[in-house]
Amino acid sequence: MRADSGAVAAAHAHQFEDAAQQRDAVTLGMWTFLVTEILFFGGLFLAYAIYRWSFPSAFALASRQLDITLGGVNTVVLIASSLTMALAVHAAQTGAGRALLGFLLLTILLGGVFLGIKAVEYRHKFEEHLIPGASFHMPVSEATLSGDIPPDQAIAAGVPATALSAPAEIQRHAQIYFSLYFAMTGMHALHMVIGLGLLAWLALQCRKGRFTPAYFAPVEIVGLYWHFVDIVWIFLFPLLYLVGRHA
Amino acid sequence: MSAPRSGTNYLNVSYGIRSWLFSVDHKRIALLYLCSVTSMFLLGGLFAAMVRMELLTPAGDMLASDTYNKVFTMHGIVMVFFFLIPGIPAVLGNFLVPMMVGARDLAFPRLNLLSWYLYTVGALFTLFSIVIGGVDTGWTFYTPYSSAWTTTNIVPVALGIFVTGFSSILTGLNFIVTIHTMRAPGLTWFRLPLFIWAHYATSIVIILGTPVIAITIVLLALERVFHLGFFDPALGGDPVLFQHFFWFYSHPAVYIMILPAMGVVSEIVACFSRKRVFGYPFVAGSSLAIALLGFLVWGHHMFVSSQSVFAGMVFSVLSFLVAIPSAVKVFNWTATLYKGSISFETPMLYAFGFLGLFTIGGLTGLMLATLGIDVHVHDTYFIVAHFHYIMVGGTVMAYLGGLHFWWPKISGRLYPEWWGRLSALIVFIGFNLTFFPQFIVGYLGMPRRYHAYPEEFQVLNVMSTAGASILGVGYVIPLIYFVWSMRYGKRAPSNPFGATGLEWRTPSPPPTENFPAPPTVTEEAYAYERVPVPEGGAHAG
Repeated sequence: MRADSGAVAAAHAHQFEDAAQQRDAVTLGMWTFLVTEILFFGGLFLAYAIYRWSFPSAFALASRQLDITLGGVNTVVLIASSLTMALAVHAAQTGAGRALLGFLLLTILLGGVFLGIKAVEYRHKFEEHLIPGASFHMPVSEATLSGDIPPDQAIAAGVPATALSAPAEIQRHAQIYFSLYFAMTGMHALHMVIGLGLLAWLALQCRKGRFTPAYFAPVEIVGLYWHFVDIVWIFLFPLLYLVGRHA
Repeated sequence: MSAPRSGTNYLNVSYGIRSWLFSVDHKRIALLYLCSVTSMFLLGGLFAAMVRMELLTPAGDMLASDTYNKVFTMHGIVMVFFFLIPGIPAVLGNFLVPMMVGARDLAFPRLNLLSWYLYTVGALFTLFSIVIGGVDTGWTFYTPYSSAWTTTNIVPVALGIFVTGFSSILTGLNFIVTIHTMRAPGLTWFRLPLFIWAHYATSIVIILGTPVIAITIVLLALERVFHLGFFDPALGGDPVLFQHFFWFYSHPAVYIMILPAMGVVSEIVACFSRKRVFGYPFVAGSSLAIALLGFLVWGHHMFVSSQSVFAGMVFSVLSFLVAIPSAVKVFNWTATLYKGSISFETPMLYAFGFLGLFTIGGLTGLMLATLGIDVHVHDTYFIVAHFHYIMVGGTVMAYLGGLHFWWPKISGRLYPEWWGRLSALIVFIGFNLTFFPQFIVGYLGMPRRYHAYPEEFQVLNVMSTAGASILGVGYVIPLIYFVWSMRYGKRAPSNPFGATGLEWRTPSPPPTENFPAPPTVTEEAYAYERVPVPEGGAHAG
């Protein structure tokens, strides 16, 4: 299946004039792909923006249902994985093969931790009836019912989140919040899974000694992809977890 | 140039089904696409034939209304997503972009092959959905009907379009990277053929627009399958948001269809006028302008969809702006013809057809961009006629013109010129007879998407159905003689039309690596004063 199979140790694939042209093409290709990714997630961000603008209080209340500790830990884990990825690219550049393999495996480990924590969060949401659908039920304190006290202040004032239902409208709008929550974090997680697959492939190639300081474009472009996925989370975390938590 | 018959070329370098299905040669992949796209065109045409048969009589007597809903829906889906959007880029673009920039292949040959497989998988999903009963939402999938109410097979079709979208993205990405990084020495941006500029602009639309329809389809599927709420009014969601998402891609998708067609026409008009294209930089720039403006006009599909009047006015004005770069192109082609030594070979006949029909489609587009008129003729056959003048009169005419123009290069054989001219004429007559009456019947108030209509509209509908039959004949003739010519056609020289461009500086059909030696470029595109006219034209003797 490989275009260049058999072409022994060619530094570049047959369609390119030289290795420099190949590197330019591969890098531009990845950036172009990331543009499509931005537009892909852009649709989700747009839907989020519209509904948060339409239903601010439901979004603020629903956001309180997320576990900010787990979300915060995950943010740190993911940023750390970006660091190890950047170090992996650096190691590839300098031809440090063992360090490259180490950093790749570390990145995989951190990515795995992120997905594990995400799975725990999903399970909590399932147990707490926060999956949109017939059995959806978001517990909200009584104080929010009257509308006199903004939900933020009610919760800040220590009003317990009892099992009292919020008005039916809040419950419905909160389902839109959780639909977006699952779609956005789910799409992000899917990109993480693909990223982990790519990293595993890189680790395999690295063990075979395929990468040299003259040829490490795959490490570089998977790195670009990984950083992109991290950046998406950097936007998701405040938008989903930190609504109305300022001051 | 070297003798075309000696040596191996990309067609005879290897044999067997595997050598095609696993080929990473852009020329072979173009031919794979040609087969797939042609099959889908025939399928879409079959649905069109059923629609026209039903509309022969005012009573809804041939198809039940539910069946009719499915038939026009499948016609739209198959034609738009599986023929018009991939058509010119994936067939002609795939074959020509690397050759026109003087490269051995696209930047990512394996992604190119993957793109064809994704297209095939998407098409199979859609076929599967058709076989198990089809879809009745119209090709626009408006919510909440599509997400909550219809019982037809939305999910397999949606998956098919989703997957095919990625094949589009890979093609666009490949073109952008190839045009940026793999141009031959001396081939500066402003020496590029306008075909390349058109495909570059198209690729930008593809990579910016297609991901949005992808996420839209994901949201629709999540809502339909898992009952998540994005567009569901029962939860406070906005079904019109779906329309915004949908048209944010699907309006620019019209430019994915028409921009490559414009690129084809630029090449043909220059060649058969024996002149450089008038105002080259403006024709090139207008492609980019259309690509950009195309993203700002989607709201003109939603003038009656609860969009605010102010938004409607803004979208109306922006839609008018698209006319400027479009007119720049039409006027420049016309100026290219002026004092040219014009010859009327088959590709040129199609190009002339394009010029006239695209102009009518474009001018009626201006009428529709006008709020008041659009509200009046919304969802009538006037709209149907308008977009068929662009999609069929524009894109399909240019596609056929391009296929004829480059057929000698693709197949190494000449098509029969007399039959070519005849079929071009039949297509032109059949097209106008089919769709011009629809302008009238639409303006008189016949709504689209119904299987029955008042009796006073019958004469115009009979004309339209008769035209569709003629059009069908016009499409079948080239299909037959193209296949025939592969075995019995005269051998083509390397440059039968005396055209400029790197693709004509290599044998027909080209070797796998495209050029015997890497080409260099020393002059502008379309330096026709320096290329001799082939004696008596390609088909003499």
